[in-house]
Amino acid sequence: MNPAPAAAVPRLHPKARLQRDEVRGRDVLLYPEGLVTLNPTGAEILGLCDGVRSVADIVAALEQRYGASGLEQDVMSFLDGLGAKGLVIYGR
Amino acid sequence: MDAKPLWLLAELTYKCPLQCPYCSNPLDFAGSRFKHELTTEEWSRVFREAQALGVLQLGLSGGEPLLRPDLESLVATAQQLGLYTSLITSAHRLTQDRLAALKRAGLDHVQISVQAADAELSDRIAGTRAYRDKLAAYHFAKELGFPLTVNVVLHRENLHQVEALIRLAESLGAERIELANTQFYGWAFHNRDALMPTKAQLDAAWQVVLRERARLGSRLEIVWVLPDYHEQFPKPCMGGWGRAYMTVTPAGEVWPCQAAGGITTLTFENVRDRSLEWIWHQSDAFNRFRGEAWMPEPCRSCARRTVDFGGCRCQAFLVAGDAALTDPVCSLAPHRHVIDAAVTQVERAAAARVEPTALTYRAAPASRALAAKG
Repeated sequence: MNPAPAAAVPRLHPKARLQRDEVRGRDVLLYPEGLVTLNPTGAEILGLCDGVRSVADIVAALEQRYGASGLEQDVMSFLDGLGAKGLVIYGR
Repeated sequence: MDAKPLWLLAELTYKCPLQCPYCSNPLDFAGSRFKHELTTEEWSRVFREAQALGVLQLGLSGGEPLLRPDLESLVATAQQLGLYTSLITSAHRLTQDRLAALKRAGLDHVQISVQAADAELSDRIAGTRAYRDKLAAYHFAKELGFPLTVNVVLHRENLHQVEALIRLAESLGAERIELANTQFYGWAFHNRDALMPTKAQLDAAWQVVLRERARLGSRLEIVWVLPDYHEQFPKPCMGGWGRAYMTVTPAGEVWPCQAAGGITTLTFENVRDRSLEWIWHQSDAFNRFRGEAWMPEPCRSCARRTVDFGGCRCQAFLVAGDAALTDPVCSLAPHRHVIDAAVTQVERAAAARVEPTALTYRAAPASRALAAKG
């Protein structure tokens, strides 16, 4: 699967749900017969995947929030990983 | 050790309009042990306790869960608790209105079984006319926007249809198809010689799976549940005993897996007497095969013990006569010869074109008759 371009608009596949796992103090992505454990950054990226923001918008939002730069590769590889599982899809 | 459960399988009832001869329900499902089903309030408490214990995934199964008139209410409770809820159903007599009501209640995912790719064979295996309802229900599920899993139990009679089954799931717009080779417990163990495929059948089906996976990519997830009698090493059953998974039966017994109730050397607790938390952490049944201390040789000194956890306790009990032995499927197990003999007998019979023995269909009268025989 090719990596998504920066202009692509990622969103969660409808089968997946972002959920707080209170018992273990973490966020998880739940889907049919499975789950992915998220670190705080991953959960934040997915929180920004609203079907409106592009990958570039999400990177910019995170870079602004943390006063950082060069986050594009990290965000893209995270989204590509979930895209390969069919949990993140592209398009408005 | 993070011994908190992630999965709860709620077997809401053992009543079912289908009679599949490989049913995973206990052979004595019609007996007094399972008769007094939990009430709506009791199930709701079970779900609350499960969530507090760490459960994130809930399967509503049976028997046929649609036979519970309070299913919508149970789904709503699960939804409020944040559980990801799957309905595991035969879809018999499922209407679009009922599925829409379940959607409104917060159901996340629908898994509908089919017994074969065509109506004639599917209905013959199900022991009832069920195929038409299933096809209708697949369409309802997609129209309502549910993620959809098509589930098929594979055996000698339908393995040749793997390609047609995958194409069916594709045409329905399903997200997943679960091709579950029969695991020999319960009714399937009773019917083992008639259900077990030949190695040649399995190899041909597996080639189809590989080809179709390459063709479909992430469009359709094809899950292939291994036929473990034909494997060299055992499956990591349930990801280990009492590590992530539990089943609650219709009358409230709590088991480490769907088949564990058949291990007669264990005593199982009931949610009517104890909290789920106590049962998970304190009960003898859940602690007996946790970790590695219980393991015999060859598991104890084997590098694979952290991979397969000694395999399946139910299989050790059924085939080797002792739940504390190495899974006899393992090529290193002292009882592997029993598995080999069963496989060889099937191969010989197939080569000689001997008709397999008649299947015993899963039904209440057969269940009572088998229970009476002991």
